[in-house]
Amino acid sequence: MISVKHLTKYYGDFLAVDDLSFTIDEGHVYGFLGPNGAGKTTTMNIMTGCLSATAGSVEIGGFDIFTDAIQAKRLIGYLPEQPPLYMNETPEEYLRFVGEAKGLKKEELSRQIRQVVEQVKIQDVCRQRIASLSKGYRQRVGIAQALLGNLRVIILDEPTVGLDPLQIIEIRDLIRQLGQEHTVIFSSHILSEVQAICDRILIIAHGKLIAFDKPDNLERRLLADSGIVFTTDAPAGLVREILSGVEHIADAVIREPEHGLVTAEVKTGSSDIYAVSRRLFFAFADRGQALLELKLQKASLEDIFIELTENSVPAAQADEAHTESEGEQV
Amino acid sequence: MTAVFKHELRSYFHSFTAYVFGAFLLAIVGFGAMLYNLQAAVSNFEYVLSFGSIVFVVIVPILTMRVLAEERRQKTDQLLYSLPLTTTQVILGKFAALLVVFLIPLAVISAYPLIFAQFGDVYLPTSYGSLFAVFLMGAALLAIGVFISSLTDNQGLAAGISIAAILFNYYSVSLSEYVSSTAIGTVIALAVLVFALGAVIRYLTRNELLAYGVCLVLTAVICVIAFVDAASFEGLLPDIMRGLSMFERLNTFVSGVFDLSAVVYYLSVAAFFLFLSVQSMEKRRYN
Repeated sequence: MISVKHLTKYYGDFLAVDDLSFTIDEGHVYGFLGPNGAGKTTTMNIMTGCLSATAGSVEIGGFDIFTDAIQAKRLIGYLPEQPPLYMNETPEEYLRFVGEAKGLKKEELSRQIRQVVEQVKIQDVCRQRIASLSKGYRQRVGIAQALLGNLRVIILDEPTVGLDPLQIIEIRDLIRQLGQEHTVIFSSHILSEVQAICDRILIIAHGKLIAFDKPDNLERRLLADSGIVFTTDAPAGLVREILSGVEHIADAVIREPEHGLVTAEVKTGSSDIYAVSRRLFFAFADRGQALLELKLQKASLEDIFIELTENSVPAAQADEAHTESEGEQV
Repeated sequence: MTAVFKHELRSYFHSFTAYVFGAFLLAIVGFGAMLYNLQAAVSNFEYVLSFGSIVFVVIVPILTMRVLAEERRQKTDQLLYSLPLTTTQVILGKFAALLVVFLIPLAVISAYPLIFAQFGDVYLPTSYGSLFAVFLMGAALLAIGVFISSLTDNQGLAAGISIAAILFNYYSVSLSEYVSSTAIGTVIALAVLVFALGAVIRYLTRNELLAYGVCLVLTAVICVIAFVDAASFEGLLPDIMRGLSMFERLNTFVSGVFDLSAVVYYLSVAAFFLFLSVQSMEKRRYN
């Protein structure tokens, strides 16, 4: 449906998008995730033909966005970061203009306007001036505009920013609903949001694509680096001895007894964290020692996000960050 | 294009812009008609048009200041870029709407000569020829206004620059009598123009090499011509200023000459500035 190849964008000397390539299939909801300034908006602007690229290509349904712009744009509905609204008009007039510009005519235009107005629930404010509407309603008018036309892709740039929690839930439901008939791409810097609605997640940082997978797979990918934390009343020396006999333990940090209890943090290199915790359990049981508490530290998507985005920091900055965090520990 | 045209037209009549524009134009022409045709009992309606033409200095910026600047301020230009429309369609749609807003008061005015003809001898070809020239000149000025509006996101600034540009054009004939007519004066003036052109090229293309290259080549050409044939530069500057004046060409029509070269000039100016507006909007896509 969408194929982005070697997309690069410079703003003067600043590299905003760095050799980005990915393919998006028909159907599904795609989440575009990245910290602020990662290049999400720039990428979306290029994909929708609002911005030129320094290099690379974007194809929407087989049409190149730069050379066959009109055909490609017919397939896209786009909500930019700031909803592009004419403040002096009513939502009805505004939607009529956008629909006409997208080539809809007469009955089809009226039918589609009625439909999107219902979808985003703005029936009550349709005859008020947009300038007098609240931010939540303006956002919905912006989304309504993106839904008009005979589209296959809907691209929403941070559609839930600045909305109250109830509105956010409504917009999320709407996105899920749209995902049944269209390909939906939406950007966000809020992880839980992306996790909740998306079938696939693209994570970008510093203009580079650093992960593109299903949410579950992303979680599984980093599970290998997870750890086990346990507390026991065995003496520290014995704990060290038992641990040395357990397979797949990469690293162990044992904290000195506190009220006679030893807490240990174990890192494992195995992808099956449960197998390791089972071995650990029996290793202690065989020696007649009790595990008082045992907890698995599975990487959440949050951790993956932080790790991925921080690891992609250019080398010099990464070094600095590293020394800083070490300094804090000392 | 029709979508943009209808949308623009509606917005002009929604806000007061179209009414203010029409009211100003009708007021000054009405005032002129009262002064010339009624009080002084002159039967030439074209004198009124010549007298009233200065009103364009004010009303053209009123109409054009927001046309693109406001899109940029409200960020609705993003919508226009993402819709399946070409930039040329957007600009032409907007320009067509401006022409309609301009034509409505003009249609009212076009009834005046006929009314006056009921009471006396009015030479209609000159009246309507001049009215036609006013329409073309207005169209050219509107195109200039559209271009200036595309350069900024500040309506006030767009209006200010448009007023200055049109006022300069209005007085360029009078000013041409005060500028130096010597060859060296022309060379200096042309050099300044060349550098201004270089600045515009640099702004539009962000290509310093091209801008400096164009400046260097043109300056060299001017210097060579000045050396070889200094006489050809004598009095060139005032001639250029007179030649560029749109209002001066209107007076040709008022004197009863249907000047085809003026028609071509007006149309070229309009086409040139619409082209520049498209480029200016496209350029923002390439920032």
